[in-house]
Amino acid sequence: MVSIQNLNKAFGRNQVLDNLSLQINQKGVTAILGPNGSGKTTLIKSILGMTIPDKGTITINGRDIKKDVLYRENLDYLPQIADFPDNLKVKELIKMIKDLRNKPARDETLIRFFGLEPFLDKKLNTLSGGTRQKVNLILAFMFDSPLMILDEPSSGLDPVSLIRLKEWINMEKAQGKIILVTSHIMSFVEEIAENIAFLLDGKIYFNGSLSQLRTKTGQEDLEHAIASLLLPSTPLRDRGKPPLRSCPAPNLKL
Amino acid sequence: MLKIIKYSFFDLVRSRWSYAYFLFYLLLAAVLLFLNNNLSGAIITLMNVNIILVPLIATVFGVMYHYNSREFTNLLLAQPLKRSAIFTGQYLGIAGSLSLSLVLGLGIPFAAYGLFRSTMIWNFAILMITGVALTFIFTSLAFNIALSNENRIKGFGYAILLWLLLAVVYDGIFLLLLASFQEYPLEKFSLAATVLNPIDLSRILILLKLDISALLGYTGAVFKQFFGTSTGSILSSLMLLLWIVLPLWRMRKTAERKDF
Repeated sequence: MVSIQNLNKAFGRNQVLDNLSLQINQKGVTAILGPNGSGKTTLIKSILGMTIPDKGTITINGRDIKKDVLYRENLDYLPQIADFPDNLKVKELIKMIKDLRNKPARDETLIRFFGLEPFLDKKLNTLSGGTRQKVNLILAFMFDSPLMILDEPSSGLDPVSLIRLKEWINMEKAQGKIILVTSHIMSFVEEIAENIAFLLDGKIYFNGSLSQLRTKTGQEDLEHAIASLLLPSTPLRDRGKPPLRSCPAPNLKL
Repeated sequence: MLKIIKYSFFDLVRSRWSYAYFLFYLLLAAVLLFLNNNLSGAIITLMNVNIILVPLIATVFGVMYHYNSREFTNLLLAQPLKRSAIFTGQYLGIAGSLSLSLVLGLGIPFAAYGLFRSTMIWNFAILMITGVALTFIFTSLAFNIALSNENRIKGFGYAILLWLLLAVVYDGIFLLLLASFQEYPLEKFSLAATVLNPIDLSRILILLKLDISALLGYTGAVFKQFFGTSTGSILSSLMLLLWIVLPLWRMRKTAERKDF
């Protein structure tokens, strides 16, 4: 259970999270959506304790995360950018994280699942973006934690790997985990998520199930449903064409 | 924390830079000893190299390591580890590996030359102790600068500036003051000014140990009187320790409050 109360965070003058409250009790995938700069990553990093909020509390399973760091033992995180120490091999990195967490890991199953065997002895700085993302996925999924936070999990993946990723997420879902996902790819969100939390300007605008969102906005398609949350007055379809204005002819006097 | 020390330490020990640092000291000490054939002369030369180079290398390495290992740090921050443990661990790892390069690089040639059969062993020990202390001091200062500055260029700039201030500018101002107020008794002042700067303190500790304080004139006698007593040695060790502990404490504070 993730419970966030009155969270405030400003970077300089920029109020990124503005008195945000959010409850996530339901099992399954909750997608955190919102336009660029709406505070998604800041929210996620606050839950992880990487960003220190100015005000507000976050409790996970009833424990305040400020009190101790051990809540992270039951939490897996997939960072948005797959940045790793360059001079390590894939194998060494996986071993190191396993050593630090000191928990049983299912790295071998995951390596086979994502087809990463040929890259195990390669250095991380020689890998392509998609392969790095796969390493990122393996590190995040390795420990079988009841709470997962995935920041843009699909970025850089080819179609085959994307199908694999969805399969894996569906499998985790079937085990009754709480999974938080951010993504800008609506078709991906539509396929995996049951719940949507919509963020705008550091506030939650909508929090509910996918079908609730559809009935509320009257839009079948998620992309348009989200767009109509952003622009409540006019449906997006009609906004594409601005009214033609006649252009005054330039008055040229030579 | 032990695991983080281990990873940072081996990460650096495997890198080219710490080999270069180790080989530089190995070569320098070997050349000085076997061409000069004079233990005490070699120690004085090494002291002069040490008090300038050790702080510089520790500062630059500390800042560089912090910026280069940002990815590693971010990876660690998402694990169930305390922030203070992560940064203290990294600090001890890097300061430890730099100290190891220094001690082995200088220690091997001196041991081969027959240090352990000579009377110079305590003088050499002081050289090593001040070298290691300076490494720990300047690495912790570097970590502070790097943590407080997101911008690498700024961080490097401040780090070099700090080194320049403590290693060069401080002495310059010190000498200027001594010259312009030479009519006044300045023993107390120069004693205090020396104790406050870890580089000067290290220099004086070695010089006094080598019994060449006569070169310093009357001030030398005052210094000898002060540092020769047990109060003096306790105070100077305490000062070096304070230079390590205070920046370390501030580093842990900054790390607790920082957004990553």
